[in-house]
Amino acid sequence: MQAKRRYLLVCLVAFLTFCYFGGYHFRGSQDILLDIEELASYISLNTIDTGYLVRGRESNLIDDKKNCGMETCFDFSKCEKDFRVYVYPQEDSSMPSPSYLKLLNVLLESRYYTADPREACIFVLSIDTLDRDRLSNDYVRNMQSKLQRLPHWNNGLNHVIFNLYSGTWPNYTENDLDFDYGKAILAKASMSENHVRAGFDISIPLFHKVHPAKGGEPGAPSANNFPLEKTYLLAFKGKRYVHGIGSDTRNSLYHLHNRKDIIMVTTCRHGKSWKDMKDDRCDEDNKEYDKYDYETLLQNSTFCLVPRGRRLGSFRFLEALQAGCIPVLLSNSWSLPFSQVIDWNKAAVWADERLLLQVPHIVRSLAPNKILQLRQQTQVLWDRYFSSIEKIVHTTLEIIRERLPKQPIRDGTVWNNFPGALVTLSTYSDSPEDFPFYSEKDERMGFTAVIYCQLGNPLSSNSPLYRLVTYVGKSKYVAKILIVWSSEKRPASRNRWPGLPLQVPLHIIQASANSNIGNEQAKSSISQRFYTHKEIETEAILSLDEDTILTTDEIDFAFTVWKQFPDRIVGYPGRSHYWDDSKSTWGYTSKWTNDYSIVLTGAAFYHRYYNYLYTEWLSPLLHKTVEQSQNCEDILMNFLVSHVTRRPPIKVTQRKQYKEQPSAGSWSPWNDPDHFIQRQTCLNTFAAVFGYMPLLRSNLRLDPVLFKDPVSNKRKKYRRIELVGSENLNSCIRSAEMRTGIEMFIENANSSFKQDKVEIRVYKESRNEQRTAEMQKGIASSLWKEQNPNPKATKISIRVSGGQKLSGIENTKSDFKKVKI
Amino acid sequence: MSVSTKSAFSKVYSLTKASPYKKYRNFFFVLLLISIFIALLVPFTNFSSDVSKNFERIDFRNLKNLPLVKLTNSASVLAPKNPLCNHWDCFNIYRCGHTGHDRISVYVYPLRKYIDEDGIQASEQLSREYFSLLNTVINSKYYTANPEEACIFIPSIDTLNQDKIQLNLTSRALSSLPHWRNGENHIVFNMVSGSFPDFLPSIELDTGNAMIAGAGFDTLTFRQNFDISLPVFSPAAKSAEVKDITHERSWLVTSSQLNVDPYFLSELQQLKRRHAEYVLVLNACRSHEYARRCDVDDEKTYEYPAVLRRSIFCTVFRGERMGQVVLLEAMAANCLPVIVMDGHVMPFSTIIDWKHFSVFVSENHLSTLMEVLNGISEKRIRQMQRTLLHVYKEYFSSMEKITLTTLDILQDRVYPHLGRTYDVINLMPEEINLNPLFFPITSPKAHGFTAVILTYDRVESLFTLVERLSKVPSLMKVVVVWNHQKKHPPSLSAFPKIPKPINIIKTKANKLSNRFYPYKEIETEAVLHIDDDIVMLTSDEVEFAYEVWREFPDRIVGFPSRTHIWDNSSQKWKYESEWTNEISMVLTGAAFLHKYWSFLYTNFLPSEVKDWADEQMNCEDIAMNFLVANITNKPPIKVTPRKKFKCPECTSNEMLSADMGHMVARSQCVDAFTKAFGRMPLKSVEFRADPVLFKDPFPEKLKRFNDIGSL
Repeated sequence: MQAKRRYLLVCLVAFLTFCYFGGYHFRGSQDILLDIEELASYISLNTIDTGYLVRGRESNLIDDKKNCGMETCFDFSKCEKDFRVYVYPQEDSSMPSPSYLKLLNVLLESRYYTADPREACIFVLSIDTLDRDRLSNDYVRNMQSKLQRLPHWNNGLNHVIFNLYSGTWPNYTENDLDFDYGKAILAKASMSENHVRAGFDISIPLFHKVHPAKGGEPGAPSANNFPLEKTYLLAFKGKRYVHGIGSDTRNSLYHLHNRKDIIMVTTCRHGKSWKDMKDDRCDEDNKEYDKYDYETLLQNSTFCLVPRGRRLGSFRFLEALQAGCIPVLLSNSWSLPFSQVIDWNKAAVWADERLLLQVPHIVRSLAPNKILQLRQQTQVLWDRYFSSIEKIVHTTLEIIRERLPKQPIRDGTVWNNFPGALVTLSTYSDSPEDFPFYSEKDERMGFTAVIYCQLGNPLSSNSPLYRLVTYVGKSKYVAKILIVWSSEKRPASRNRWPGLPLQVPLHIIQASANSNIGNEQAKSSISQRFYTHKEIETEAILSLDEDTILTTDEIDFAFTVWKQFPDRIVGYPGRSHYWDDSKSTWGYTSKWTNDYSIVLTGAAFYHRYYNYLYTEWLSPLLHKTVEQSQNCEDILMNFLVSHVTRRPPIKVTQRKQYKEQPSAGSWSPWNDPDHFIQRQTCLNTFAAVFGYMPLLRSNLRLDPVLFKDPVSNKRKKYRRIELVGSENLNSCIRSAEMRTGIEMFIENANSSFKQDKVEIRVYKESRNEQRTAEMQKGIASSLWKEQNPNPKATKISIRVSGGQKLSGIENTKSDFKKVKI
Repeated sequence: MSVSTKSAFSKVYSLTKASPYKKYRNFFFVLLLISIFIALLVPFTNFSSDVSKNFERIDFRNLKNLPLVKLTNSASVLAPKNPLCNHWDCFNIYRCGHTGHDRISVYVYPLRKYIDEDGIQASEQLSREYFSLLNTVINSKYYTANPEEACIFIPSIDTLNQDKIQLNLTSRALSSLPHWRNGENHIVFNMVSGSFPDFLPSIELDTGNAMIAGAGFDTLTFRQNFDISLPVFSPAAKSAEVKDITHERSWLVTSSQLNVDPYFLSELQQLKRRHAEYVLVLNACRSHEYARRCDVDDEKTYEYPAVLRRSIFCTVFRGERMGQVVLLEAMAANCLPVIVMDGHVMPFSTIIDWKHFSVFVSENHLSTLMEVLNGISEKRIRQMQRTLLHVYKEYFSSMEKITLTTLDILQDRVYPHLGRTYDVINLMPEEINLNPLFFPITSPKAHGFTAVILTYDRVESLFTLVERLSKVPSLMKVVVVWNHQKKHPPSLSAFPKIPKPINIIKTKANKLSNRFYPYKEIETEAVLHIDDDIVMLTSDEVEFAYEVWREFPDRIVGFPSRTHIWDNSSQKWKYESEWTNEISMVLTGAAFLHKYWSFLYTNFLPSEVKDWADEQMNCEDIAMNFLVANITNKPPIKVTPRKKFKCPECTSNEMLSADMGHMVARSQCVDAFTKAFGRMPLKSVEFRADPVLFKDPFPEKLKRFNDIGSL
């Protein structure tokens, strides 16, 4: 009995002990669970905030330039009308550095520029402020007094100061510009987070002296290989500073160097007295340094390290961006270029100088699809905001412009996606759906046909214009027909025009009578076909000339194609450009070719947003060229669209001849012999103003799915298109393409037979074509020299003969081929 | 105690009693004692074996009886807030990374009650919001109970409202925290800062190098990339919430704040006079209740915050402080905020793009308000409302969301390479551009393509195909995927001699998905997927298709086309191979694709779709079409006229019925995949691509691609 009690007692004691020590986690169940609602809120709404601070009190307190913001240090009233930039006239005494000169020229040519300081919202100095390092050659002395002499300086109010280097050895103080910039906005490279005045200053990239003013090199990557397997994973080659500010990071990079996939080579061999400063590693480093080529590393590495130098930013950043080498940033507190609007997380990888040894781990941990995205985004950003000084300056100005009151909204989605904010104007619309780039709508409204009438031929039931209007009116999708009448003759009265379905209204806009379009000088301009007429309510515009021939089926088919490619020009008349090596100019050809790069707006669909860009966005220089020649507006439109989208236009179906043959004797701008030469000149002017050749070639055309298929015509939706194309056999052969012909001939010649003599005859069709024929002769010989594999064995004779009918290729002898083109 | 144990005891007892060896009775007793002792020890030994559990999770029971901590005057020297701090100087990054290199760890101090020598409390009882905040941290993936491995420290002292704390005492309490180290890596939460008369925009505690997650910062006090800007949480916001954007909104803009600066109020009243039907200006009623507002002019009363649901835009002015509860209330009501606060750092502005769903009007330009609002298009308003609904729900809708957003910002800051992008944070999932090939470039022709031939055992036809393909100028390599598990592929020497390399891959299982594996051997971005019996394509046709693909690298570009149609009678999608004017699929029996799609097919295709194709040994090509269309929303591109792809002699009746069965199975695939993807992603088009001079009356020799379109 006692034992039993003893056992029980022990058990009880054990249980209690267990409960006391070990069983604490059961205790909760015994406690009452806390009810959150029992707790008081941190504020009591009924008593909070019963007062206000008197408005504007802060702004009076703040007079320190360190604390500038748009509201305190910027005069918005100057910008009420328009966003214009005034550039001070050049002083004779000092010439700015080439970089700054380029920057100023870009501004002078831009659509922001005004010569009148009273109209200006932003002022830009003509004194070079890019380099404020006192030890530099470009350093401008007596800045302060020069500023004081400026008529509109006003303590820097509404001024933008561009700067790449500030401070000097040994401290490289960041905001030491060596003059008092007052209330001016700094657009400055290598800024740090601590010094950027939020919402005021703008961080810009550091660019080379050779950075082009306009156009700019495209990014190096030509393909989106997946997975991206480059020789090296991570690379860096550069100077290192043995001592002083910013030297630590680069001095320890050698830890990461593994000679296999991570290449980190530095040298201390720079400056005059490097040998005095050198440390233990210098000799070893130099040896390793010389083994690698900078350019090779850049091209063959997936990631490129961008460590800080003396200053936070380095040239390397833009170089890596262009090379499509994903930047790995090792520059603590650097405020990246345009980080106000650009999300760099999409294009670069941040590392921390304090965690240098983590860098390999970081880059290895990124998945191949993430790498693909990052790399493409480097290209988007490079191409849209960084590849030229023009883009950098315009981006800076656009950032400032967005801060002004009453500016329409443009959010980060626009900035961070192709085609970018510089070509997505918020003044056109604030909704992305209205732009041709983002839309994925299945349902679109119909189109507005805009017929440009320049000749003003009388309207009769068999005149081309009459037929055209009839055909367009029969289309299923047409919403409105707009006649832009620019002839001096009066348009026919309304009842003379063909009858149209009720839902298709016809408007006639007479340039001379219509005062709401454009300014005076543009009144009779050929560009008025691209004006943003308020009558155009649909997104799609079918642009036509008065003598265009198109059937209803063709119009409908082209429209269904355009709906798939709303960002491109989709149409019939294909043309191409080529590089004429002998003359080092761009050439323009209307001959039949295997590819095309231009679709003329005489018969083409495009998005109405391009009308807006054409009139509002293009540089005044381009407009001037069109005004002066009264020609080339269609080429300019192609330049514009290709520049924005980086895609070629789209040609649909077979039709080449899109115009009525003008009857003998009547004048038409298109049979003017100078017309063609003029277009060639335009092409070259445009390329010069854009800074590059935006046109891109395409090899394909789009046909209806069942086009010319051996199936009953009744099954085909667009069966009338089948009939088009064969109607003008004569003209087709006449315009056989020279260049392609020769290329093909040479190809054949190389593969099929050996010859020692080749004769190419260039025939001219009429007197007018003498010049063209001569030109083609030049091309032929240059092409021949370029492509003939065995120049010694072959002689070429090229002749220009007159007035013969052509019939394609003919074989005269089996071993001697003559090509007539 | 249960019955069974009782009986066990009695058994033991009876056993001992019955036992003749009484000396063992003590042995049993000792045994029992020892076993109890061990049982008691078990929990403790457990603890010492696992370090991470060594530390007590903070618990919230017993809030009323918190342990007391007495603060003495001689406590450590207080360091005022360091205005120059940034992430790179003041944040000790080395404390992070103890728990792996992908996630921050956050420690929360245990709850204590801090009093000074005189027994005065540093702060009032924990507020509901701070409790919720701490609770969220503790239940989040970031929480650690071990201060030694923590990267971020959160004091459990409620500092949300400066009015409710003793500043000096709280400062002392903070610096008395065991891991304080002048605030390094600590984060102090605050929503109501400053006090009369200055109402400084940041809490007036001596926080040293600690980060401040606070509401109402202005750009001058906000330490970029260090502090985090919070919204002022409003307990009333919940009651204003709306579920969708369909609300009828009769006012264009409403000002509902109490005691707006008279200057602003008079501006508003002027606007109201001119646009009476658009503008609603409210102020406090005589009774002064938070939930009731009155029209400034006619004293008409409105329920608050419900009234916000009836306006498209809601103004947010500064009061004594920048941070205003009305912001969150307006957002909850899906009323687009109009921010009239110069120099305010918007909540979470480092990650959230406020321009996406709100309007900024500078204080000096309030008179232009109507002009600005009228300039915003209807479409834009809809879009802003959708975005606001999404953003509010994701980041602002509760203390929990606000806390998690704060922690996520810290996470992205410490591990930036894992950081989320603008799109992921700001866009709705359906708005994010998933197209992996978003930069438009046409790759040079010289890169060429790789032909991937899936074959089973048709060696003869395979050899013919290889031979024919070798004539295509841009072919770089042939990869033969050998799916026959028993037979060995023919040796390389047996293959026709071609000038391009051939790789043979023997698969491990006879699966159709093998053709879409992103093999290492494929070195080009363009891949020609081709069946071993497609021997009828000319080299011009293949080369031309490659040219087309180069212009449309994100699409399927190929020869055999099909379409899908909605069958009204069976209410199902049907697969169609007849001559139609539309196409929506290009079969991968002969098609060019970017290699990325193989990667996606292998790794990210919904598993039910992938398994379906492998099990049925069918429809992998349809699955690929679905996958590509679902991501790009673009149709494929068919190249050149239709071909006869089947052997000419297969026209017997048997084949026809087999064909019928085939069509039924394919239709089932289309239907099943539509369900798996949750929508019909395929898009139809009416065009195909031909060479520019196709069928033109033009010397064939001058055409780059002339051998095209033969049947």
